[in-house]
Amino acid sequence: MDDQVVLVKNFRKLYGDVVAVDEISFEVHPGEIFGLLGPNGAGKTTTMECLEGLRQPSGGSLSVLGVDPIRQPKKLSHLIGVQLQSSGLPGSMTPHEAMEFFCAYHQVPPRHDLLDRLGLADKRTAQFLTLSTGQQRRLSLALALAHNPPVIFLDEPTAGLDVGSRVELHEVIRELQANGTTIMLATHDMAEAEKMTDRVAILLKGKIAAMGSPNQLTATGSGLVKVSISSDDSSLSQGGDSFPGVVKQITKDDYTIFYSSDAGETVPAILDYLKLHADHLVDLRVERPSLEDRFLEITQTDHSAGGKA
Amino acid sequence: MTAFFHHFMYDFRTGLRDKTLLLMNYLFPLGFYVLMGLLMTGLNPTFAPTMIPAMILVAMMACTLLGLPNPVVESREAGIFRSFKINGVPALSIVTIPVLSSLVHIILVSAIITVTAGPFFKAGIPVNWGYFVLVLLLTAFTLASLGMLIGVISPNSRLIVLFSQAIFLPSMILGGLMIPSSMLPASLYRVSLLLPTSYAMNAWRDLAFGLTSTFDSRWALLVLFTSGVIAFVLAIFLFNWDNKNQRSGHSPFLALLTLVPYVLGAIFLGA
Repeated sequence: MDDQVVLVKNFRKLYGDVVAVDEISFEVHPGEIFGLLGPNGAGKTTTMECLEGLRQPSGGSLSVLGVDPIRQPKKLSHLIGVQLQSSGLPGSMTPHEAMEFFCAYHQVPPRHDLLDRLGLADKRTAQFLTLSTGQQRRLSLALALAHNPPVIFLDEPTAGLDVGSRVELHEVIRELQANGTTIMLATHDMAEAEKMTDRVAILLKGKIAAMGSPNQLTATGSGLVKVSISSDDSSLSQGGDSFPGVVKQITKDDYTIFYSSDAGETVPAILDYLKLHADHLVDLRVERPSLEDRFLEITQTDHSAGGKA
Repeated sequence: MTAFFHHFMYDFRTGLRDKTLLLMNYLFPLGFYVLMGLLMTGLNPTFAPTMIPAMILVAMMACTLLGLPNPVVESREAGIFRSFKINGVPALSIVTIPVLSSLVHIILVSAIITVTAGPFFKAGIPVNWGYFVLVLLLTAFTLASLGMLIGVISPNSRLIVLFSQAIFLPSMILGGLMIPSSMLPASLYRVSLLLPTSYAMNAWRDLAFGLTSTFDSRWALLVLFTSGVIAFVLAIFLFNWDNKNQRSGHSPFLALLTLVPYVLGAIFLGA
């Protein structure tokens, strides 16, 4: 039990006759960043909200640090910090008031320093409805962290944030992990999930389609390496020869993209081809399959299988 | 207790900061009071003796029936209650605090009306201040609980308007504010006993101002108290954190229980 901060066992959630989550099981370990990925309607937010005590499960069992979210909501509220997908605060409430308000209910001193840390120092007395989407989300995160909870739930934390704020938020998440905080992250952003999480579960139509570390997941896919090439005369896109190891070839913008099972054979062959056709290489990129590629592979398999995954 | 205090102070400030609430809590009732003071006292000499309670009741209804319910629905729709729940704010605080802050707004407006109506409009002054305050607090609690219950059971703002106006408009006409209930035809008098204001005016006239009343004011106090408690308890019982996640098994029609004391009053006191 000590090794499980979040425990989800045969969890099921129905909305009327619609099965939103269908008997999923997973656990999250101390200090881990665990990502829930999936397309819209996959059941990510439903799972998060049931763990947060906002919705009642239809079946199975859930616990956070041994606390049942439905039976012990008060106890749970002190153990978790939550950044909701839609940050709901009264329109007239200021960040300063919100910090005092929620910290009072958590029985901790207000953490106004978090407002400064998350770039809201000059917005302390601005009403919530006047804040930008990014500022509202940063405030929501500051409030989630204010009582120093051991478990944090982040639902699409970087949605609507600019690049700088996104980097800042990733730094905060890393700091939290370094301090031993366990984090559950629901996101659409595959690059973010690949960069930030230790393990992910990919949800599809309420079921876990794949689970593991981002490296494990990408390794279990087709394993095709992506070779992207741009040249002056675009000779490759005009047909070209078939190159060794190439399974699939597409053209996108100025690039010809090859999916290869053996990049070591493919790349020299392509370079020879360009030399032979007196075409000048502009850009060459060789990338291992990303989590996004693996995600698309899984979701496309699901579509082609008629959604029976 | 600190949390409750912070929450209360925030809610009270919102009643002054939010333009709609400021209008309902202060600007509309005080504007209406000045207008009625200038017009009605000259047109209708019988208005002056009960001007203070009548104008206080208008202020109470504006604050509790027109002002209080809407933020409840808006907060639920905007997911504000979900944030509150996650952060350990109890449902009891969410229901209780707006009722209490409404009481404070009502007391402030009532004080302004009570202090100024005599000198400016030659309004009747209470002869028994203890009963005056008792009826004021009891009626304010009852109407605030009723307003909260309307907010709790209304799925959207349109229904709030419907429910609130179903009490507000008849109360203005039949509730004893503009003309004494004793002057109403028998059938309308019975209908007027379905409204909280009729009981409040009866109790105020009799106990606080030494004027004639149409029935024993102890019944008026009992009806107000009972319906206020029923509305308050039902507001807590029927409270929902989330529009999309309704608590099952609690029908909003239970709110009709609040009307039981008034129906009994209309049956037994309207004869």
